Amino acid sequence: MTTLTYPFREADVRALRAGEAVSVNGTVWTGRDRFHKHFADGGRLPVDFRDGALYHCGPVVVKGELEMGNGGGWKVVAGGPTTSVRENAYEPDFIAKTGVRLIIGKGGMDERTLEACGKCGAVYLQAVGGAAAVTAHAIERVSNVYFLDEFGAAEACWEFVVKDFRCVVAMDSHGVSLFSRVAEESRRRLDSLLEA
Amino acid sequence: MRPIDAMEKKRKSSNALVGRIARFVQETSSSLPSDAEQALRKALRREARGSSARMVLETILRNVELARAAGTPVCQDTGTLTFFVSERLRRRVTPAVIGEAVALATANGWLRRNTIDSVAGRSIDSNVCPGAPVVHYVEVKSEEGGGGCDVSLLMKGGGSENMSRQFSLPDASIGAGRDLEGVRRAVLTAVQQAQGYGCAPGILGVCIGGDRAGGYEEAKLQLLRNLADTNPDQALAKLESRILREANSLGIGPMGLGGKTTLLAVKIGSRPRVPASFFVTVAYLCWAARRRSIAL
Repeated sequence: MTTLTYPFREADVRALRAGEAVSVNGTVWTGRDRFHKHFADGGRLPVDFRDGALYHCGPVVVKGELEMGNGGGWKVVAGGPTTSVRENAYEPDFIAKTGVRLIIGKGGMDERTLEACGKCGAVYLQAVGGAAAVTAHAIERVSNVYFLDEFGAAEACWEFVVKDFRCVVAMDSHGVSLFSRVAEESRRRLDSLLEA
Repeated sequence: MRPIDAMEKKRKSSNALVGRIARFVQETSSSLPSDAEQALRKALRREARGSSARMVLETILRNVELARAAGTPVCQDTGTLTFFVSERLRRRVTPAVIGEAVALATANGWLRRNTIDSVAGRSIDSNVCPGAPVVHYVEVKSEEGGGGCDVSLLMKGGGSENMSRQFSLPDASIGAGRDLEGVRRAVLTAVQQAQGYGCAPGILGVCIGGDRAGGYEEAKLQLLRNLADTNPDQALAKLESRILREANSLGIGPMGLGGKTTLLAVKIGSRPRVPASFFVTVAYLCWAARRRSIAL
């Protein structure tokens, strides 16, 4: 298993191949539907995403009793990935303009995003969808939060420090997407099942 | 936005019934039913060592254990809450009582603030407003069977709900006519199109017939069945096992990364239809199949 630590270097990211397991460590920022729309509308980004990780996630958060002083006392109760396809329209531009290296989510993204990964040196990582408790476990602490009032807790841009956050490289910077491969193979199998 | 204050203990309600239902919501959110967990363990044994399918299933099972031990949500998308309440409890377990319980469960972090005003775009932080949670008064078909269970709750995440779909037969594009072979074609097509997006391995509730709304209602009711049960209708039982076998041969696998387990179960029911319509409705439920029943 390859270990990746923020800031994520382009050379390390370009060395990753679809299908391999990785362990992500350090800072990641969450952003989902409203965050992407805000960006596409020309809105300002709260942090510099260069060499960073964008996590498609809408966490369940509460004010923790032990975490006072960290990120305003927020604690992540559940923090698995949300479906990434909804951000297809925005992501190529986000990757090109920000220099983000890791997009973490579930379900994969489209051809244009795959191209942007190749062009800019980024990868798409699949976290295990629904595995909220495991993911919450991997989130060591919340170090900041942006757009909380504007977007609400599920859609805010949370800054997490993660440790051993396990994912699978699902789209690499060499034009390979596990999802397209599975989609094509399952299409062929379906056709043969429905023949006659 | 009203976070729980740092030093505050978990909230309680003065109304015992509200407290009990709030706890029931927490249990449903944090603990998978044993039949779903068993189906996941069986799937794990099928997948090859070192495969991404196995890595995903191991993570899922570890997640199930962690969530249960901590009493925290199995999945962060705590979903649409649909309560099925026994008709005879209509006056005791009112929508107001259920709403209070859901608001309490939300304040305690057992549910995400997960309800959006569709027009204004605002978060409804309590998760309670007209239309949420969904409450149906029915003759509850409970997984435990018998008349003992009064309230069933299904928590279905949005990612899986987005993968549900409805076909109107005949559908020439998939060669589906108005018969069980047409149903098979429609369901397999839905599975292939869903890929891993609904958080595979999934569970399908299917309704043959009905009007559009009734089709979805019956398909969701099918999701309350125990995964290991056998359909009392022989033709449907046969169709269920055939579709399950064929869907798992598509190679989509856990989270769509490839593998032998695309579905955990297929459950099919039917509703009468009018001569002009023949709907096949497929309700996709993710592996985080949060459903539970209690007797009050």
